[in-house]
Amino acid sequence: MIHIVDPGPQTTVQDLGRPGQLRYGIPPSGPMDVRAFVIANRLVGNADGAAGLECTLMGPRFTVDNACAIAVTGAEAPVTVNGAAAEPWTTLALAPGDTVRVAATRVGLRIYVALSGGLDVPAALRSRATYLRGRLGGLEGRALKRDDALRLFPAPVPPPRRLAPSEMSAIEAEPEIRVVLGPEADRFTSDGIAAFLGGPYEMLPQSDRMGARLKGPRIAHARGHDIISDGIALGSIQVPGDGQPIVLLVDRQSTGGYTKIATVGSFDIGRIGQVKPGQRVRFRAVDVAEAHRLRAAWRTTLATAAGGPLAVAPAA
Amino acid sequence: MALCVELGDEISAEVNTRVRALEYLIQAKALPGVVETVPSFRSLLVYYEPEQVGFDALCAALGELAEQAGTSVLPPSRLVELPCCYEPEFGLDLVAAAERLRLSTDELVRLHAGAEYLVYFVGFTPGLPYMAGVPERIRLPRLETPRVKVPPGSAGLGGAQYCIYSVESPGGYWLLGRTPVRLYDPEAAEPTLLRPGDRVRMRPIDRAEYEAIAARVAARTYAPAIA
Repeated sequence: MIHIVDPGPQTTVQDLGRPGQLRYGIPPSGPMDVRAFVIANRLVGNADGAAGLECTLMGPRFTVDNACAIAVTGAEAPVTVNGAAAEPWTTLALAPGDTVRVAATRVGLRIYVALSGGLDVPAALRSRATYLRGRLGGLEGRALKRDDALRLFPAPVPPPRRLAPSEMSAIEAEPEIRVVLGPEADRFTSDGIAAFLGGPYEMLPQSDRMGARLKGPRIAHARGHDIISDGIALGSIQVPGDGQPIVLLVDRQSTGGYTKIATVGSFDIGRIGQVKPGQRVRFRAVDVAEAHRLRAAWRTTLATAAGGPLAVAPAA
Repeated sequence: MALCVELGDEISAEVNTRVRALEYLIQAKALPGVVETVPSFRSLLVYYEPEQVGFDALCAALGELAEQAGTSVLPPSRLVELPCCYEPEFGLDLVAAAERLRLSTDELVRLHAGAEYLVYFVGFTPGLPYMAGVPERIRLPRLETPRVKVPPGSAGLGGAQYCIYSVESPGGYWLLGRTPVRLYDPEAAEPTLLRPGDRVRMRPIDRAEYEAIAARVAARTYAPAIA
C-alpha cells in the first residue's frame, strides 16, 4: 500500500492506455512520455504496461507500508527518500514506512514514478489509465488526492539498477518537433505554412493532456478554418480561426471540425509532452517515408532501453 | 501512424454509409496492419502499424475496399428506443424552438419523437451520437450563444443534426428534452450505449416515468429497448 501525503498539482494513474475506443469517443490516454514511463517500469522489474504515476510540474509525497522498489524518470526533479537525496532513472529500494518526495521539476514537465508490482486499481475497458474528462480508469477516474491509498500487486523487490546516462532522456530547451504536413495543409496560404515551419511557438499554460495550446506566428488560412468534423489523430495540429496551433494529445477528443495543418510523429509526442508552459518549440516537416524511419528508429531504441522489456509478463 | 480516407465532402447519409461500410470491410477482412478506425461524417481515420503494412500498400488496399463500400455490405443495424421527457424543465429550449418554428410544443414533440435518427458516428465526448434524420419542418440554426453547461441526456437540435449530450459539456444545440438513460457510464462494463450505424427513436415520457427510469438507471436495473 502507498499513502499519498501530497499528490502534487496533477498526479494520475497511467498504464499504456486503452486503444480501440476512439470510435466510441473515448481516447487512449496513457503516458504523454511513453519512453520515460516504460523505462521507469523496467527499472523496477515491471512489465512495460504496469500502472504507475504521471505527475505534472511537481511530484507527490507518499509513504509506503511494505518493502518495494520505485524509479523516478522523465522531467528532471529533485527526489528524496526520508529527506536524503536520491537518484532519478535508478531503482530505489524502499523499506516499510519510508517517505518519498518528488519536488517541482527543474527541467521538463512530466515526471513518472513506477512502483514494483504496479498499482492495483480496477481496470476500465482493459486499462488502468486515467481519462480525467471521462472520469474513467485510474483511481475513480480522477487525479490523486491527499490521503488516497493505493495497493500494489505483490512482486519481489528487484535488484537495484541505474540507467546508463546515454539512455536518459535529454530534455531540450527548444525542441524541434517533426511533423508530416496534412491532411488539410492545402487549406493554408504558403505564407501560413512558412510561418508554421518558421516558428517558434510558445507553450501556453492552459495546455493539458488533451491538447498543447501554442502561441506564435499567425498561420493564415487560404479559405476558412472550419471543415466537416472528422477524426483527429494523435499529434494532429488544429489551427482555428485565430491562426494559433493546438497539438492534440493522448486525451484528445476523437473528432473535430478545425483545419489540421500537420501531424506530429508519434515518436515526438513524448518530447512535446515535456515542454513547460513558457518554453518554446519549433516544427520541421518530414515526409511519410522519413516519419516511418524515425518511428522505427525510436522503437528500436526503446526496445533495448534499460535492458528491454520483461521476457515473461508476471501473473498479475 | 494514421491516414484519413475521405469519401466525399458533404454531410449525407449516402457518404456516411460508405464510410461505415469501409470500416466494416476493414474489420471483416482483418486488413493487416490496421489497428484502429474512427468513422466520422465523410471520412474514416485509419490508424496503422507501419512495421506491418507500408503506406503505399495500405493506400492501395483501402482504395480497393472503398470501391466496394456501399449499403449492401453492412449488416442490419440496431434500433434503439430512448425514453425522453419533453417537459420544459428538461427541454430548456422547447418553448422558444416551438415559437421560432411556429408550431405548438405538442406538435414539435410529435415531429421530433416521430422520426427515426441514424447515428453517423460517435465522438466529441465519450458516447455522444451525431445523428441525422431531423424532419425538415423542425430544423433550426444553432443557438447564437452556446450554453456553457448542458446536462447529460439532453436531446439537442442544430440544423439537420441531432445529438444527445453524453456528459456535461458546452453545447450550442436547441434542447428539446432529456433522456434518463446514460449514453456514457464510466463504471459500466460497456461505458458507451450507442454505436455508429445505430438507428434511434425517442419515446415521449412524463415526469413521473422519467423519475422512475432515472432511479432504475442509477440502480443499474434499466436497459433501453434495443432491437
